[in-house]
Amino acid sequence: MSELDLLAAVLAATLRAGTPLVLAALGELVTEKSGVLNLGVEGMMLMGAVAGFIAAAASGDLALGIAAALLAGMAMALLFGVLALTLQANQVATGLALSIFGTGLSAFLGRGYVDATLGGVTPLAIPGLAQVPLLGPVLFDQDILVYASVILLVAVHRFLARSRFGLVLRAAGESPDAAHALGYPVIRIRYCAVMFGGAMSGLAGAYLSLAYTPMWTENMSAGRGWIALALVVFATWKPLRVLLGAYIFGGVSILQLNIQGAGFAFPPDLLATLPYLATIVVLVLISRDVRRIRLNAPAALGKPFRPQT
Amino acid sequence: MMLPRLEQRAEAFWVARYLSPFLAAALALLCGGLLFASLGYDPLVAFHAFFIKPVSSLYGLGEVALKASPLLLCALGLAVGFRCKVWNIGAEGQFTTGAIAGGGLALAFPHGNGLWLLPAMILAGALGGMAWAAIPAFLRTRFNTSEILSSLMLSYVALLVLSYLVHGPWRDPAGFNFPQSRQFEDAALFPILFAGTRVNLSCALPFAALPAVWMLLERSFIGFQIKVAGLAPAAAAYAGFKETHLVWLSLLLGGAFAGIAGVDEVAGPIGQLLPNISPGYGFAAIIVAFLGRLHPLGILFASLLMALIYLGGESVQVSLGLPLAVAGVFQGMLLFFLLGCDVFVRYRLRFGPGAAAASSP
Amino acid sequence: MAPPVSNEDSRDKSRGIGKAMMEDRDRQAGVTPRLALDGISKRYPDCLANDHIDLEVLPGELHALLGENGAGKSTLVKIIYGVVHADEGTTFWEGEAVKILSPAFARRLGIGMVFQHFTLFESLTVAENIALGIDHSGEMRALSEHIRATAHRYGLALDPERTVHDLSVGERQRVEIVRCLMQAPRLLIMDEPTAVLTPQEAERLFSTLRQLAAQGCSVLYISHKLDEVRSLCERATVLRGGRVSAECDPRRETTGSLARMMVGSEVVATARPLPHAPGPEALVVNGLRLAAADPFGSDLNDIRLSLREGEILGIAGVAGNGQTELLLALAGERLAPAPEDVRLLGEPVGRLGPAGRRARGLAFVPEDKLGRGAVSEMSMAENTLLTAYLAGLVRCGLIRFGRARELAERIARDFDVAAGGVDSPAGSLSGGNLQKFIVGRELLQRPRVLIAAHPTWGLDVGAGLTIHRELVALRDAGAAVLVVSEDLDELVEICDRIAVISKGRLSAARRVAETTSEEIGLLMGGLSDEGHAGGRHDAA
Repeated sequence: MSELDLLAAVLAATLRAGTPLVLAALGELVTEKSGVLNLGVEGMMLMGAVAGFIAAAASGDLALGIAAALLAGMAMALLFGVLALTLQANQVATGLALSIFGTGLSAFLGRGYVDATLGGVTPLAIPGLAQVPLLGPVLFDQDILVYASVILLVAVHRFLARSRFGLVLRAAGESPDAAHALGYPVIRIRYCAVMFGGAMSGLAGAYLSLAYTPMWTENMSAGRGWIALALVVFATWKPLRVLLGAYIFGGVSILQLNIQGAGFAFPPDLLATLPYLATIVVLVLISRDVRRIRLNAPAALGKPFRPQT
Repeated sequence: MMLPRLEQRAEAFWVARYLSPFLAAALALLCGGLLFASLGYDPLVAFHAFFIKPVSSLYGLGEVALKASPLLLCALGLAVGFRCKVWNIGAEGQFTTGAIAGGGLALAFPHGNGLWLLPAMILAGALGGMAWAAIPAFLRTRFNTSEILSSLMLSYVALLVLSYLVHGPWRDPAGFNFPQSRQFEDAALFPILFAGTRVNLSCALPFAALPAVWMLLERSFIGFQIKVAGLAPAAAAYAGFKETHLVWLSLLLGGAFAGIAGVDEVAGPIGQLLPNISPGYGFAAIIVAFLGRLHPLGILFASLLMALIYLGGESVQVSLGLPLAVAGVFQGMLLFFLLGCDVFVRYRLRFGPGAAAASSP
Repeated sequence: MAPPVSNEDSRDKSRGIGKAMMEDRDRQAGVTPRLALDGISKRYPDCLANDHIDLEVLPGELHALLGENGAGKSTLVKIIYGVVHADEGTTFWEGEAVKILSPAFARRLGIGMVFQHFTLFESLTVAENIALGIDHSGEMRALSEHIRATAHRYGLALDPERTVHDLSVGERQRVEIVRCLMQAPRLLIMDEPTAVLTPQEAERLFSTLRQLAAQGCSVLYISHKLDEVRSLCERATVLRGGRVSAECDPRRETTGSLARMMVGSEVVATARPLPHAPGPEALVVNGLRLAAADPFGSDLNDIRLSLREGEILGIAGVAGNGQTELLLALAGERLAPAPEDVRLLGEPVGRLGPAGRRARGLAFVPEDKLGRGAVSEMSMAENTLLTAYLAGLVRCGLIRFGRARELAERIARDFDVAAGGVDSPAGSLSGGNLQKFIVGRELLQRPRVLIAAHPTWGLDVGAGLTIHRELVALRDAGAAVLVVSEDLDELVEICDRIAVISKGRLSAARRVAETTSEEIGLLMGGLSDEGHAGGRHDAA
């Protein structure tokens, strides 16, 4: 393999490794923009992964698997919404519960599928472009979910920045009281955002179990849901920066695999700590600038809101 | 409209505060029954296997104590932090580093047979847990970094470090290449307290910690500061309570307790270091702390219930062939129902036409 | 005209006033009221906020809604605007019974509202804020043009592209007003609009409102300031304890007679202190500079002040000019760069936190009472511990609950705090009682220096007077008192000297006897517009 091919392979793998993070972080970003902190991303991802895998394995249809993952993520998000939005439970505790519950329930549901195999989502080369050296295999010979993640990201960016509903959603996260006083249904808006977050997390899970490594193992997200949460902070709540952050993380995890593959005598377990340590490092770098966080974070993030009527 | 409505109470309803854990447990049981039934098991048979069989022998009761004690220790430490909204969710990692530190000491003194070894291991475990918890504390107080994410990331790191150690430098040379350390010597193991059970001396530690934590939280001025910082951070700043001190205190205490729990586990029922030394005690302790209302006595009962759920999961695995994960499902449901039931502390449920609807012409 | 159809039974409580209204209507027969309320009631779990309220506003009328804090004014206007729904009663719009279930519906009818606590979004631009308030769909650029045109027509300067957190309070109010005007409202509700304005800014607002009324727009003007109501409004409805207590033409009333309608009893004399020779310096700030912790806050710039024992020094200013930051720096929640920046009773304390300063004789009544001055979930007894822990409530690190209860009982007795007992949570106290509790807690610690932020905010006249008397008594006992307030009348009433804070700078203090409200008002506004685009536009 030439050096260019190797580089292309590494970069292409980086994009694939970053894709579940893009999806999950994008969903959480929209959720947080509406003022809701949902720490249950990990649980929703696992449920998406297991539901997607079961549906695809049972029907043989990957599209059905993806649909099931979306629904599973949304069902989990609905659970969060009922508790945190309707019943006003503490968002941190509810999110933690969602993660713990999702981990348990996915392991329970997926018990019969641990050794099952599946074809998996195959790359979809874009004619013409895929043949361009380096860029072709990196950008235009990926599976459809990689393309979808980028398209979704641009769509969300435009939605938040340009559309009226995007404006209303940001308003609900900035000052729910003011939005309520102007007559906007804050709780309903937040439900929409939370459900979108659930769907995206479910999709991220499906990417893991249907495309990235087409199989199901317990706890297969391995903390990616939490890394996605960190990515939203890293991106200072700006969608386009999510992409950058996700691919950096994808790069770190691919790098770690490549170091192992290249035969360096470094213990694999210690190499595997890299993505987690990297998460902490970037969080520290971003969070230390308190003013920047305060300027960019939705002002009402994590605070319960109950309209007075 | 005949839909039930939530109406805010003028004052928090204290009875509901203490009743809601019981209501949550009952609802979780009900859902568990439905779950069993949907899987084609007779709920009564399953319940018997889940909740009765594990505790119908002296050995079984001992197992409850054995599982409850790490949960109790971890949850007591977490409760201190949760009271001031320091969300240390990395108890699993602190448990692991505690086990590594304590277990490492045991492995370093293979022929140590003095009485000093066990206390030294406990101390090492506490320090190991504290060291791991000190990182999120430092990052939060110095760099404003969310302790939720940093403590959790560090849990993954700690598990990988343990895995590295038992696969590599600390692997038992006579262990047929299994990823495990040597067995600890007797001097590095907690002595069994009751014959016929696995209950050992370490089970007494949480009971020493419990009154101390109670004094701290309910009677001391520091406990008051913790409470104020959790309920109203602005009031704590106004009063001059130092937030950084409270963050450090709660994380170090949580880390120390989790670390000791880790030592208890490896120097107790396990007796060596393995890649998997905890069935998620550090995460389950989060549920225990909430279920116990962040109150030491409540946490005691919650840890017993949670231990029973763990044992029940093992029991139905053996007798009905259900996966162990059923315990995780139960734990999650319990916390959901608790959070849901808590709504009655602040709101009351009203049926029938509300005042607003009555004004319709 | 279509008289409201009403159920006599439900109106018996206000029948007398209803009759007065009927006579009033006869006088103006033939004119359909733009808005008429008939028997509006709203109950909250702990109080009856509105009790069978009748009200009517004629086209082009400047109508005042007067009442003390807690009289039910805000609830009533929220009902009119559809934010809150009435439990009982009927609303008529231009003679037709309507149910206003949402602000969007109110806006469609032609009702605009400027809230007391602005409904603006800090991180969004002026244009985005306005888009949110006007059911606008379409290009933002066209909207910006429309905003400029509307603002210009009413002589209000406004840049649609600026972010709200960069705007002064007066400019923010302009955003709210322009937002309403863009909808060509037929009724404009203004909730305590002058609370955040300098006297000069208020005068400009009044001319805008008069211009609107002349064009046929009705204005419902909520206030508790009697002078401005007398000079602006043609009719007034007075609320007391959730009911209509009177209706009148404020131009024909005196301030005293209006106050009687509002308070229900003869207004007692003020607490104006006798002149008094001040002692040595108790609290000195030497050129303090401090960047705001909050990105939306004001940086403190070269603050100098000297507070003497035996005097009350007032700090006036429009909200958001650095009061919050100054208070935090004085209390020790934000540390000064150097110890010498703040001297307390001769000692440099700039690097000491709140506990250290409190131990040296400082007490502090904070701006926010609930959540800062007291923890709402904790009992009154526990709340004494918040600041009085140095007064023997803690021994060997353990709390002496008995002592805390005794102290709470003493505060409740001495300061007339009406509560369900010292074990009831602070959150269950009414605003006024909580205020008295916190002031009492700080005063009973016999401070040598007391800093009080908005000490009578939200209190009725009687309770406010009690607190004023206590502050004066503390001064007469030789303590130094610093009062920060946005209510200039309050400061003029109790202070010996007044300084003005504006854009993070503090003016030199002037003796109250040697200055006028107008002069202080000019300082509040003049300084705030110095070197500022908004100021130049206003002058034009």
